Amino acid sequence: MSIAATQKRGFGAVLWDYLTTVDHKKIAHLYLFGGGLFFLIGGIEAMLIRIQLIKPDNDFLSAGLYNEMITMHGTTMIFLAAMPLIFAIMNAVLPLQIGARDVAFPFLNSLGFWLFMFGGILLNCSWFLGGAPDAGWTGYAPLSTTSPGHGVDFYVMGLQIAGAGTLIGGINFLVTVVNMRAPGMTYMRMPLFTWASFIASVLILFAFPALTVGLFLLMFDRMFGTAFFDVSLGGNTIIWEHLFWIFGHPEVYILILPLFGVFSDVFSTFAKKRLFGYTAMVFATMLIAFLGFMVWAHHMFTVGLGPVANSIFSIATMAIAVPTGIKIFNWLATLWGGNITINSTMLWSLAFIPSFTIGGMTGVMVATVAADYQYHDSYFVVAHFHYVIVGGTIFGIFAALHYWWPKMFGRILNEKLGKLTFWTFFIGFHLTFFIQHFLGLMGMPRRYWVFHSGDHLDTGNLISTIGAFLMAFAVIVFVINAIVSARGEKAPADPWDGRTLEWATASPPAHYNFKQTPLVRGLDPLWVEKAEGKAEMTPAEPLGDIHMPNNSFLPFLFSLGLFVAGFGFIYQTDNKAWLAVLIGGMAFSLAMMVIRSMKDDLGHHITKEELEREAD
Amino acid sequence: MKGWMGKFRALSLLGLLALVLTGCGRENLTALKPKGYGAQTSYDLIILTTVVMSIVLLVVAIVYITVLVRFRKKKGKENFIPKQVEGNKVLETIWTVIPIVLLIIIAVPTTIATFDLADTKGAKDKLNVEVTGNQYWWHFNYKGQEIQTSQDLYIPTGEKVYLNMKSSDVIHSFWVPSLAGKMDVNPENENTMYIKADEEGVYWGKCAELCGPSHSLMDFKIVAVSPDEFDQWVNDMQGVDPKAVAEGDTAKEGQELFNEKNCMSCHAIGSSPVQVGPNLTDFGNRSKVAGIMDHNKENVVKWIMDPESVKPGNKMTNNYPELSDEEASKIADYLMQLNPSEVTLESAGD
Amino acid sequence: MSHDHSLNPETMPHDPEKATLEGKNKFIGFWFFLGGETVLFASLFGTYLALHNSTAGGPSGQDLFGLELVFVMTVLLLTSSLTSVYAIYHMKNNDFKKMALWFVITIILGFGFVGCEIYEFTHYITEYGFSFRSSAFGSAFYALLGFHGGHVTFGLFWAIVLLIRNAKRGLNLYNAPKFYIWSLYWHFIDVVWVFIFTVVYLMGKVG
Repeated sequence: MSIAATQKRGFGAVLWDYLTTVDHKKIAHLYLFGGGLFFLIGGIEAMLIRIQLIKPDNDFLSAGLYNEMITMHGTTMIFLAAMPLIFAIMNAVLPLQIGARDVAFPFLNSLGFWLFMFGGILLNCSWFLGGAPDAGWTGYAPLSTTSPGHGVDFYVMGLQIAGAGTLIGGINFLVTVVNMRAPGMTYMRMPLFTWASFIASVLILFAFPALTVGLFLLMFDRMFGTAFFDVSLGGNTIIWEHLFWIFGHPEVYILILPLFGVFSDVFSTFAKKRLFGYTAMVFATMLIAFLGFMVWAHHMFTVGLGPVANSIFSIATMAIAVPTGIKIFNWLATLWGGNITINSTMLWSLAFIPSFTIGGMTGVMVATVAADYQYHDSYFVVAHFHYVIVGGTIFGIFAALHYWWPKMFGRILNEKLGKLTFWTFFIGFHLTFFIQHFLGLMGMPRRYWVFHSGDHLDTGNLISTIGAFLMAFAVIVFVINAIVSARGEKAPADPWDGRTLEWATASPPAHYNFKQTPLVRGLDPLWVEKAEGKAEMTPAEPLGDIHMPNNSFLPFLFSLGLFVAGFGFIYQTDNKAWLAVLIGGMAFSLAMMVIRSMKDDLGHHITKEELEREAD
Repeated sequence: MKGWMGKFRALSLLGLLALVLTGCGRENLTALKPKGYGAQTSYDLIILTTVVMSIVLLVVAIVYITVLVRFRKKKGKENFIPKQVEGNKVLETIWTVIPIVLLIIIAVPTTIATFDLADTKGAKDKLNVEVTGNQYWWHFNYKGQEIQTSQDLYIPTGEKVYLNMKSSDVIHSFWVPSLAGKMDVNPENENTMYIKADEEGVYWGKCAELCGPSHSLMDFKIVAVSPDEFDQWVNDMQGVDPKAVAEGDTAKEGQELFNEKNCMSCHAIGSSPVQVGPNLTDFGNRSKVAGIMDHNKENVVKWIMDPESVKPGNKMTNNYPELSDEEASKIADYLMQLNPSEVTLESAGD
Repeated sequence: MSHDHSLNPETMPHDPEKATLEGKNKFIGFWFFLGGETVLFASLFGTYLALHNSTAGGPSGQDLFGLELVFVMTVLLLTSSLTSVYAIYHMKNNDFKKMALWFVITIILGFGFVGCEIYEFTHYITEYGFSFRSSAFGSAFYALLGFHGGHVTFGLFWAIVLLIRNAKRGLNLYNAPKFYIWSLYWHFIDVVWVFIFTVVYLMGKVG
């Protein structure tokens, strides 16, 4: 359905459509909107942090508020911005790339989104209800268990609900890739973005339950008086650190691998070359994911685990540099000998290579245990993870949005504004974070509300803040670009001379994606057809009825129930009357589950005749 | 084309600018001018890894720039379709093996250094100090020496001093960048590390694990003096008489107030193990008031009158009887007199 | 694909739970879900192992555990796993009545298990004053056992809802996967219990 057609309907109808949709393309829009909104909020928090640090002994923010700001900035950016934005791209593209009509579980797809959205809203409600969480995004106990007020309670409940949504999303993509591939789309013909999303979903599946348990223990310590992290009753705070990082380190790869996939597709498209070393790229991704589970304790080098554990985790961590290096060189080899077009998408992708290489380089440095005793929890680490998360994930998200915007919305983003965004963001990014390596080594620990005038940290912090303003400007330009694109250039089905299946259908695609499931005859299936002089894919089936799932309002209601129950959990510590809210919310959600179970949902069919009529 | 070159120029200029403008940071705070064994060990590895990684970065940069210069779309060849290369076994093997070799070059010295820095076998015959992290101050108990002190840790130069660290509340992290890397101070188990200062000096320490609103204000100092001076300091500290009467009228009155207002229920003077609040034995010689303010009477009064304005979230606020400005001033006079040793910050060349 | 998913012995595919794309999706998706559940319980086991000696002066496992009751619980749950296998056997033979019968037996055994567990917990609390607030060991014990018991209880209600919903219409290709994944879930819970029996009770009693 084109945007124009959508606009003809009333606002209420569109809203209802989005509240109940199970179409992966519309859920992608929802994720983009939700993730984008939280990205802006997290960005504002970042700006407030940088303003506080613009000069020594500043009192722009109070100490307590500053801690709330850093906690919410980290939590928001990781859980509520980066993850959903990645899910937006996965939803928009992955089913198309494998020639599927939808994901495996459209209903769960919608449920995953609404859980994320309500979890995020719940977390941010804390700003208006007595203060946000203030124990850092890592929420280390016992600071988090003893933090006064309800801030950390919101952190626990918000992340628990949003995390459930992410887990559901992960399982959904796994099954989609396993079961829904078009005929001929073997595993080793899948585009790298699909591969990387698949592997990232495996990481989600095995990493998030550890967070679930960690949050559960924290929640019980805070709300029901258990003693997991209460040292006086034999508790142990290091358990939280282990659980958090057993989740937290794979999370880093969840954030970066799908974007590795994006860059692979983008380089291949705009260099007009097949991806160099496809097989090596796939296995390197797997190896990174596998090793990603073996290295969580490198976040805990200073905890006192002993030299044996530290050395093992150090070497395992360094080993990740090998597959990552393979990827960097394969990308360069893909570009080598190509016919490279440079546009906004490519600018972000090309800028990624040096930026991420610096991030990887400091990654090996922080893996060096005996040196990490200096880097750990200093601004060096802040610089390092912003180089990989911003230089990798955020650059990748921008590249992906410019690349697939036509497929998502049927319009092409403005090139001039795109370039303006890129250059200001790119310069601002390096200005902000490069200097922070040195600030760390010069003795500035992270999460510092103030530094003192005698510390000789003034200049570096000032430069850093100036850079942050440039990045903020860039983001505003991008938002403007996104808004004006509604009236921008209409996109053809295949604006970039693409190679993969998503370019073999309309921009944006009909809600059933492909009228006839395409037959895949090789890697880069569309390119294979083009090379033989054909304009479009060979269908794998005759034109026939298409089975599609029904919309449902239950995911929204189910998530709403948990959202309400969250408040019950948080406030029952003050007044037991809130238990009624807790039970009411849970019961409501349970009722939605029972309704879902009781009511058959067989979907509907689009008949052959309708399809033929639409073609006219 | 101009854009790309501009980017690189901007980048390198930026790095240079950063270094020129800020140097290597403040002497005795920065990790870039190591003054102790641990810091030196870390620094050597920092240099090694930076060099190795810069080589990698250089190789990537050369290939990258070549790609951008040679293979951009050219006029007249817009529709050129490049050869679709699948891969190259030899090349791929090379860029798998070389990184492995580079990593081994880094991993071996890393492992050796890690075991070296964790080696606390010699602790028995050396000076051992129990370090307790508190929101938001540090307590030091010299084991077997009957010396308790807070905020400023005196150590002799040239020898390893072993620190047995534990927290009384949340997790802290003990970091003196110029002397050694950091180690977490956990509430449930004791962590041991050692520090060794090569030369005399007052070294700045910071808490490196988020511990509450005043996390960034939890500064402390390590005062390294010559072994002889240290012995004298130990002697002087052991000889402290907590009941010694202060000199001067206001200080005397301050001392009486100090006792009357029950300050001793939290603070101690001398080797009493009371450590609800910082030990004040050598308060008069502290480098800073509350770890962060210049050491003068005015600031002592400021702290006593309104600690919350100095360190938000500290445990003293609202936990002591109300005092008038005059009373606070008298107490400050008394506290500034607590100066039991000739060995002071000046001895360390501060 | 036709709307009519109902089965009769002639049209009965070999694996009714995987005969449709939806069924296949559910089947694989649920296996993935159980993979995640494995990590969940592994985390709880890890927590328990880290804290099982942290009794803070309160009762320890050796003081508390009575292996007789635990043995009964083990028998109940393992038998219910076997009866659920019979149920699925009859599902594959398209015999709804027998399948339902074995499901009911499974559910009864499951409730027996939950009853024993409630008795056990009550016993600990009233006789020993041992609650999840007593010590870190108490917290870890009730967290692990509670998560498992919660899974069992949820599974029982899930099975009841399934039986009620489909009581009148018998088996078809739409609901066969639902029964099948329930049985997967039930086996998984059993396997977890085997580990709990070993790690918590046997190792706790022997020391």
